[in-house]
Amino acid sequence: MEHVVIIGNGISGITAARHIRKLSDKKITVVSAETDYFFSRTALMYVYMGHMKFEHTQPYENWFWKKNSIDLKKGYVKSVDTDANTLLFADGSNLTYDKLIIATGSKPNKFGWPGQDLKQVQGLYSKQDLDKLEANAPDNTVCKRAVIVGGGLIGIEMAEMLRTRDIPITFLVREDSFWNGVLPQQESNMLNKHIVDHHIDLRLGVNLKQINDDGNGNVKSIVIAETDEEIECNVVGLTAGVSPNIDFIKESKIETGRGVKVNRLLETNINNVYAIGDCAEQHEGIGERRPIEAVWYTGRMMGEALARTICGTPTEYKPGHWFNSAKFLDIEYQTYGWVWAKPKENEGRFYWEHSDGNKCIHINYDKNSKKFIGINNFGIRMRHEVFDRWLTEERSVDYVLEHLKDANFDPEFYSQYEKEIVAKYNNENNTNIKVKSKSWKRIFA
Amino acid sequence: MKAIKYTGLAIFIAALSIFTAVLFIGEFKASKDTVAEFIESNSIKSDILKDELNNTIAGTTYSNGISFSAAIKGAIKKSNDHYDALIEKYDAEKNWDKKGEQFQYKVSNVSGMTYNLAKKSGSGLIVNNKGLFWWLTFGLGILGALLFITPNLILLGKPGIKHDHIYHEAATNRGWIAWLVLVYLVCFYLVLYFAPYYAVNWTFILDPISKALNGGPASQWFVYGFLYCTIMIVMAVRMYIKYRHNKYQIMRTTSVLFFQIVFAFLIPEIMTSLNMPGYDFKNAFPLDYDFFFEWNLKSLTESGGIGLFILVWGIVLTLVIVPLMVYFFGKRWYCSWVCGCGGLAETLGDPYRQHSNKSLNSWKLERWVIHSVLVFSLVMTLVTLYCYFSGAESLIGIKSQWIKDTYSFLIGAWFAGVIGTGFYPIFGNRVWCRFGCPLAAYLGLVQRFKSRFRITTNGGQCISCGNCSTYCEQGIDVRAYAQKGENIVRASCVGCGVCSAVCPRGVLKLENGPEKGRINPTEVLLGNDVDLIELAKQNRQSS
Repeated sequence: MEHVVIIGNGISGITAARHIRKLSDKKITVVSAETDYFFSRTALMYVYMGHMKFEHTQPYENWFWKKNSIDLKKGYVKSVDTDANTLLFADGSNLTYDKLIIATGSKPNKFGWPGQDLKQVQGLYSKQDLDKLEANAPDNTVCKRAVIVGGGLIGIEMAEMLRTRDIPITFLVREDSFWNGVLPQQESNMLNKHIVDHHIDLRLGVNLKQINDDGNGNVKSIVIAETDEEIECNVVGLTAGVSPNIDFIKESKIETGRGVKVNRLLETNINNVYAIGDCAEQHEGIGERRPIEAVWYTGRMMGEALARTICGTPTEYKPGHWFNSAKFLDIEYQTYGWVWAKPKENEGRFYWEHSDGNKCIHINYDKNSKKFIGINNFGIRMRHEVFDRWLTEERSVDYVLEHLKDANFDPEFYSQYEKEIVAKYNNENNTNIKVKSKSWKRIFA
Repeated sequence: MKAIKYTGLAIFIAALSIFTAVLFIGEFKASKDTVAEFIESNSIKSDILKDELNNTIAGTTYSNGISFSAAIKGAIKKSNDHYDALIEKYDAEKNWDKKGEQFQYKVSNVSGMTYNLAKKSGSGLIVNNKGLFWWLTFGLGILGALLFITPNLILLGKPGIKHDHIYHEAATNRGWIAWLVLVYLVCFYLVLYFAPYYAVNWTFILDPISKALNGGPASQWFVYGFLYCTIMIVMAVRMYIKYRHNKYQIMRTTSVLFFQIVFAFLIPEIMTSLNMPGYDFKNAFPLDYDFFFEWNLKSLTESGGIGLFILVWGIVLTLVIVPLMVYFFGKRWYCSWVCGCGGLAETLGDPYRQHSNKSLNSWKLERWVIHSVLVFSLVMTLVTLYCYFSGAESLIGIKSQWIKDTYSFLIGAWFAGVIGTGFYPIFGNRVWCRFGCPLAAYLGLVQRFKSRFRITTNGGQCISCGNCSTYCEQGIDVRAYAQKGENIVRASCVGCGVCSAVCPRGVLKLENGPEKGRINPTEVLLGNDVDLIELAKQNRQSS
């Protein structure tokens, strides 16, 4: 019986394991040094905030793995010998495989800042990071102030977490506006305000110079590069992005760049060795996507596709239309298609913001053909299926606005803003679009 | 703000302490006249009991309702023991005539009789100061609770999901506070159902309100009804603050509050005052399990037009309105918009919703238990109706009285009351609704197989965080469906909407739509463009 070994029990590795099990009776072993069982990384913040217990982050009950004969092995893989099809573990043991899937995810970026390896300097990625934060910042007497370095999704999550323990936060963001490398200026401005409204000391356009210790190996303060201002703090969160967690294969024959290099079938340069999820790097980005995508659902999709390939149906990783979502403190965000931070030459934009400053939509379309390209929605939920279809059908921006009620996914009784939105669009574009009422027929078409 | 909050807590605890202490104070003394009238109206024939009542109890002053009730119960027991001994004696002698004679001397309704005499015999501090004690208990309790709750408007910050520290606090994480609350609630229900005579002082406090509403003094059920409404109103304020960003929750809370206060409480009280049978027009059989009991049918058929209307309405409600509404809106229209049990669960029980068990085993248990209760209630009703119309005492060996008593005791009192509400702080707020309610079982079958309601999963947006499953009060592992891109269609879902509210990625939406496409098993999640024709072929080969 063929033995498939998967390194990493995150969403990609576990999805691959589950789908291989659905499609075959191969022997499957999942190796992890992090936890005994698969858990949802995205929910770690809720454990610290007291919304959940760690066990709630585990999507499958503990009996699930044995019942589906997926073997779980706890161990840290030190190196891979692809000639002998063998994994060598830190404890000296080894494991042979017929097929190997590398799904080891990411690790927080560090940019060589002085003091970056102090005990109270940490990212927020793994279960160990959660435990560390619980130890470093249990309350606001132990941690009188925390400084978060890096204005991305994990940074804002960490700020939301620390707030719940009443720990004052200084948030250093390199860009001159929050996440404006990804978001257009309007949305970014809205979030700047939202962050400050939550009593977070947001510092835009600044970089970390160094982290000072107190002489006993504990964090004492940080220094801002631009101003040389020293800010006293007890914890430093490093959230300046992540990079593939692949140090253990650097010495092997597997080709790596920033990540493990794979083709569209997720195969590496070595036969029978594959990589999926955050640690995989496409030779070229697919469509407008980046070569490395550290996104929850792309890990899952790679797992689904690779399981087919391994079980005899070679299946390329073909992510469809881009979509994503996040939550910034109290504001939910979804996106379908592409809305770049800065419009490209052929692109037109339509922006609507609610007077409460917590809801907006931003539509991107082709100026010439009026083709709909993408939407950002903040504080309003939209239907994935509907936008996915509109993108496939290459609908026009006028069509999208006319049928916007079909896409609304807010809970029942919520105020709806389609009329207001379309009125603004009509006003700006001299059009006369009338909003159609929601139609199940169209939604299920 | 925090100071106000903690002052409120202190006031509330003081009120609760007084409310509890009330049971241990006051004065109880049955006059000779009261006892004589009592013996007369209850047609007591036992000389031993008469003797005890006249000579020991009448004229004696007891320092609280508990010692007074104990004395009455002791007297009844002494008498009953005496006649039991005689029954046994004549039984051994095979003297059937003599044995048969003894039964008339025995008292069966010990609890009711004790309560009645206690109600007539109370005097002293509480009876003389009903208004004052209302303010010291209910008044202070409401004030304290509101002072504790309303500062959350500011303390909890901007509108949004407020679940910080739920798993850090002893009250909401099964800590010592939760266990204390459990013990208090269980004791309360035990007194209410099995020893109402201990609670007679509570009824004095509410006598004025009861008189104003229905013309009579308050019973223990009036106390329960009034307390129920009060708690729901106060805890609804908490819901309004917590969910002020979520209109679905606001509407739903308002709806359960309205139906509890108007339908379950006011209308029946007013009907009673008009000499009509007090009826809760929204309480559908088989949750209203005694609707077809002889005494109710008798009372309805003897009440003229309104009785007949209630009879027809009750039948139409269960057979037509309930399933039709479930078809259009799901069982939520009843369970989390109208029902009184649901109303308490969604207000008082909201802080405990996370404690429902999500394991596969608990789901299996749920299906066995709830459907068994449904069958039990139907068999009971069948036996009762057969006996009612035929005049027989039993059907296929099941005695009508026995099965009614057993159901009332096990399901009506223990399951729905003591366990259903008493266990909120440890096992979650919907234990009764999930495992026990026969109406929920019936609604669930309709919802599962013939309804337009579903919780739609938004394509591939789920990140498996588990907020939805954690906060599902019905123990549904919502995430298991959402992460596969499948809609949630489950018999037990009461449509509270909290899974949708807590989802950080906008993945879940409760909605009523076409039946086609309601259940949507997915092979591959939306967003992954695998070749679907190829996939279908492959699936055919493998199957």
